[in-house]
Amino acid sequence: MSAFWQGDANSSAEAVSGAPSPSLPREIASLCRPPEAGRLPSAEGDKHISTLAIDLDGVSKSYGNKLVVNGLSFTVAAGECFGLLGPNGAGKSTITRMLLGMTPPDSGKITVLGMPVPARARLARGRIGVVPQFDNLDLEFTVRENLLVFGRYFGMSTRALKAVVPSLLEFARLESKADARVGALSGGMKRRLTLARALINDPQLLVMDEPTTGLDPHARHLIWERLRKLLSQGKTIILTTHFMEEAERLCNRLCVLERGRIIAEGRPHALIEEQIGCDVLEIYGGDPHELSAMIEPFVQRIEMSGETLFCYGPDPEQVRMQLQGRAGLRLLQRPPNLEDVFLRLTGRGMEN
Amino acid sequence: MMGHGYAAALPANPWNWVAVWRRNYLAWKKVALASLIGNLADPMISLFGLGFGLGIMVGPVEGTPYIAFLTAGMVAASAMTSSTFETIYATFGRMQRTWEGILHTQLTLGDIVLGELAWAATKAFLAGTGIMIVATALGLVAWPSALYALPVIALSGLAFASLAMVVTALAPSYDYVVFYQTLVITPMLFLSGALFPVSRMPRVFQQVGGFLPLAHSIELIRPAMLGRPAVSVGLHIGALCIYTVLPFFLSSALLRRRLMP
Repeated sequence: MSAFWQGDANSSAEAVSGAPSPSLPREIASLCRPPEAGRLPSAEGDKHISTLAIDLDGVSKSYGNKLVVNGLSFTVAAGECFGLLGPNGAGKSTITRMLLGMTPPDSGKITVLGMPVPARARLARGRIGVVPQFDNLDLEFTVRENLLVFGRYFGMSTRALKAVVPSLLEFARLESKADARVGALSGGMKRRLTLARALINDPQLLVMDEPTTGLDPHARHLIWERLRKLLSQGKTIILTTHFMEEAERLCNRLCVLERGRIIAEGRPHALIEEQIGCDVLEIYGGDPHELSAMIEPFVQRIEMSGETLFCYGPDPEQVRMQLQGRAGLRLLQRPPNLEDVFLRLTGRGMEN
Repeated sequence: MMGHGYAAALPANPWNWVAVWRRNYLAWKKVALASLIGNLADPMISLFGLGFGLGIMVGPVEGTPYIAFLTAGMVAASAMTSSTFETIYATFGRMQRTWEGILHTQLTLGDIVLGELAWAATKAFLAGTGIMIVATALGLVAWPSALYALPVIALSGLAFASLAMVVTALAPSYDYVVFYQTLVITPMLFLSGALFPVSRMPRVFQQVGGFLPLAHSIELIRPAMLGRPAVSVGLHIGALCIYTVLPFFLSSALLRRRLMP
């Protein structure tokens, strides 16, 4: 399950190039290389400002007494896929709402596609596509009607819509469902329709709030493949996610949020290398507290999540030997991934 | 409430709302027949029941048969109820999911509110003119002076939708909009002279009634439908315009606070 991220941690294409999707031709994969992504942030000065899709500068937001976003700053370069990771309540959805001008920040500066938000959010939204956390498709309409009606909200003429809708249906693999009512679609189809709807105005930037939550693995892989295709066309994507695998596969850069603050930021592999840097041994099936005490001397660090122990150390073989002969234990040794980074930084599992 | 970001709650331009109106029209078209029958049946049943039943007992009212007097009142009342119900029930239902999607486009909250009001006014117009057409077949309507009633029905629909939008913006759930229906809409029906002349009611009720939007609407629609000259036309139109415009700004501000915190 970890093969997809093999590669040189310094290569700028690492986040996406290794994912051998059968339906993604090699030349598209090579196009996924983000233009100068990740090297931009303000250190390099003003000459790059125009290539920034998103620029948050010291943004804070509280609801009542609760500080939801706390002095947050980050930038997303044009053509980049940027991930916002964090447990529930970390402020991910509030950030996406602020990017769209749906919620004004209490302080700080937000610039999206060169426009100040929320002051000129309406104009910015004209060049943004949104995939919300919960589908808000019009259940009364068919698939095609959903696209037509939504296009009118961007002031598109019926003629212009008739021209783009077929290609969007094809992109979403919904040609055969064009005249089906939305209520009759599967979860994956609805999600693909939401994605197609987000593309109706040919946006430069896609804002996605948990684009694959609630989908089965097959539907999820299809969405990922579609998103890589969009990245290869030069679109910028900012997405929030619970899924480490999603972030590893798609994101050029990401940040991990906790309580409205960034606790880590970087390229997925660099983060994994920097935070973990060794194989992981997962142990489950026994009393985690007892096991933890027993193997503690042989590892650098142990994280406990639910009934599973995650052991980090240079020599997992030694741990295996200690546990030999104990019945009912299941051991899994694997390369480290973002889940481990997340566990280390926040001290808890993603779904908690 | 009127501070930073209030622009987001106002219409962006004079035509954006049309997209919202067209969305509602497309959804309505799929159930048009059922909707028309439902919208017409209720006032028609009241009209025939009261008109023929009570009409026998009460004789002419203000110099006209009771059923003709009542028809004009029912046209205004049905414009009120259909645009009110559209706004407190159907619009309330669209407010979360459907509006969230629309707010992610180039439309503002004000565009959406305007589109919803225009749609509710359209349904009020259909309900009001539907009764007029049936009443015409029964010889109860004076044409062509009844033509003057048509724009008044549309304006009344707009005013009642705008008032109901304030309720929609404030109501935490469907259970609360019922208060508006029972404590505001139903008494208004009795205080505004829709079913009987208010001139015989206690003076204080008459004074209250004079301020109600339905009373202004009836003061314009009834003379037009009975072929009589209307008085104080400017005052009544002005009142209906105020009932349209002020609640529009109020509900936009309330909705901004609710949906874009």
